[in-house]
Amino acid sequence: MSPTPEIVFAGTNGGALTEIADYEAVGGFQALAKSRALTPDDVIAELNASNLRGRGGAFFPTGRKWSFVPKPDKIDKPHYLVINADESEPGTFKDREIMLRVPFRFLEGSLIAAHAIESKHIFIYIRGEYEVEFEVLVAALEQMRAKDLLGAVTIVVHRGAGAYICGEETALLESLEGRRGLPRTKPPFPAIAGLYASPTAVNNVESITSATTVMEIGGAEYAKLGVENSTGTRVFSLSGNVVNGGNYELPHGYPLRDLINELGGGIADGRSLKAVIPGGSSTVILTADEANTVTLDFDSLVGAGTAIGSAAVIALDDRCCMVQLAVRVSQFYEHESCGKCTPCRVGTKWLTSILQKIEDGRGTQADMNLLVSVAERINGKCLCPLGDSDAIAVMSYFDKFRDEFQAHIDEGGCPFHGESSLDHLLAPVAMHIALPEGKAIDGLINV
Amino acid sequence: MSTLSLYDEIQEIRARYPESLSAVMPALQLAQERSGGWLPEQAFRDVADALDLTPAYCLSIASFYDMFRLEPIGETVIEVCTNISCGLKGAQQVLEAFESELGLKAGDTTDEFTLRTVECLGGCGWATIVAVNNRHRLHVQAGDVPRIVAELRGSEWKEPDEPDA
Repeated sequence: MSPTPEIVFAGTNGGALTEIADYEAVGGFQALAKSRALTPDDVIAELNASNLRGRGGAFFPTGRKWSFVPKPDKIDKPHYLVINADESEPGTFKDREIMLRVPFRFLEGSLIAAHAIESKHIFIYIRGEYEVEFEVLVAALEQMRAKDLLGAVTIVVHRGAGAYICGEETALLESLEGRRGLPRTKPPFPAIAGLYASPTAVNNVESITSATTVMEIGGAEYAKLGVENSTGTRVFSLSGNVVNGGNYELPHGYPLRDLINELGGGIADGRSLKAVIPGGSSTVILTADEANTVTLDFDSLVGAGTAIGSAAVIALDDRCCMVQLAVRVSQFYEHESCGKCTPCRVGTKWLTSILQKIEDGRGTQADMNLLVSVAERINGKCLCPLGDSDAIAVMSYFDKFRDEFQAHIDEGGCPFHGESSLDHLLAPVAMHIALPEGKAIDGLINV
Repeated sequence: MSTLSLYDEIQEIRARYPESLSAVMPALQLAQERSGGWLPEQAFRDVADALDLTPAYCLSIASFYDMFRLEPIGETVIEVCTNISCGLKGAQQVLEAFESELGLKAGDTTDEFTLRTVECLGGCGWATIVAVNNRHRLHVQAGDVPRIVAELRGSEWKEPDEPDA
């Protein structure tokens, strides 16, 4: 199956549109002019017609999200637009490339969204590790200010400081308000009481960038791309044991096997495909057989018992030990748990410990049962899905590759005998911290 | 480099936000940048003073986020991503190559270098990702490490099998 023309990356010819004149030469800012000539309700109607759904992972219809923000005459508070550029789901690196290559299309979409929800204040929360991307955005904004494209709208680019949890929208809002990134209880939803307890729309970078195209070509035209329930294109982040990792913008409904075998150049090093994580590390794993039958859209992946998530496709070859994979994924969630909800704070650590015990050959049959028990005690019992993600991902490896887990128990060790690709991978949560010689720590921190 | 004092620059940051508490993270980032890449006790006092907060509150923020450093760090910070995608492409071998080339263990700090592993840096398709002072290097393989370390030390790199002149 051949990919359709690019939407998000249109006009780049494989390069980057970081000069405003180059972006204008490919039709840049016409969608903004068109949108500003329309009423906010008409812009939202166009988005609804496109059926654009959120690209951050939740797949919530973007137009509907905007429509939930109360009209200014209904509430005596400022409205805020917050862009979630805190891309941190393992496997995902699409928003970064969007910001690097089409910063103006992204910023144009931000201004369109601000118009739609009648907001004068935009905050872009970008993950702290994206330093170059931050610089590109700041430079792009300078060029837009020089052309007076912002109008009465202010845009503040706010840098995160290293916390996966801040990709969760309410944790992001807490962080933006100057607190630790702990998720809030919902309701109230951000549309009613978000940033500074005011009406707020929180949108992902790719959703916002796609909104520019929706307004450019029209919602009905956009809806023709992709498949039913999953319209438009998606930037898929392909990684793992493929020959050509990278971002691929494809229409929804593209076969997963074609992404891996044709665009991705197949499995590297002459190995064979063992499994695929289809939508970021939080999603249920697919066996190679399952992966060969699905297409990359919401319905097909839900039908296969998983999710499109953040569209991050990780291909694993036959060298990967599934228990080691489970250990490493669980270590990630353990490291990133904010600690607010006990099932997640304690449960992620338990999952890691039990999995490590099995991997080390110290596991018993009772540990297999304990693993299931702990996962069940996390799932659905926290304010946000972080702990669930650990439990769901790990249990999917356990369910689909149980023989491999059992072999660890039966053989009293890892059946890969040190030959797995993830052998002894050192996670940050397992790293010791040493200080420079002769440097004492100040009293405030020394405990 | 700005000529403004830390206090004045934090006031400028503060003015960008409807509520001043929002400025605490950017203020700490600035203070860290001006304190050699980590946050000593005085930095917390300075930020607290500039934003009418307590040093303890500022520390509670810094301790939550991975990029704030509560201990001294080396002049060059090398961070190797060891999440799944990088792991599948040999991140552990890259890490071990840095350990052996620098004579350090992951987590160690000397005046010259800090070496640590980090969670996903968002470059999975270009694995392995190594951040050197926050700038990402893509497609790093274990065999590239001696060259990278030589470059960071400012010494000329020689191929190992090349006879000495």
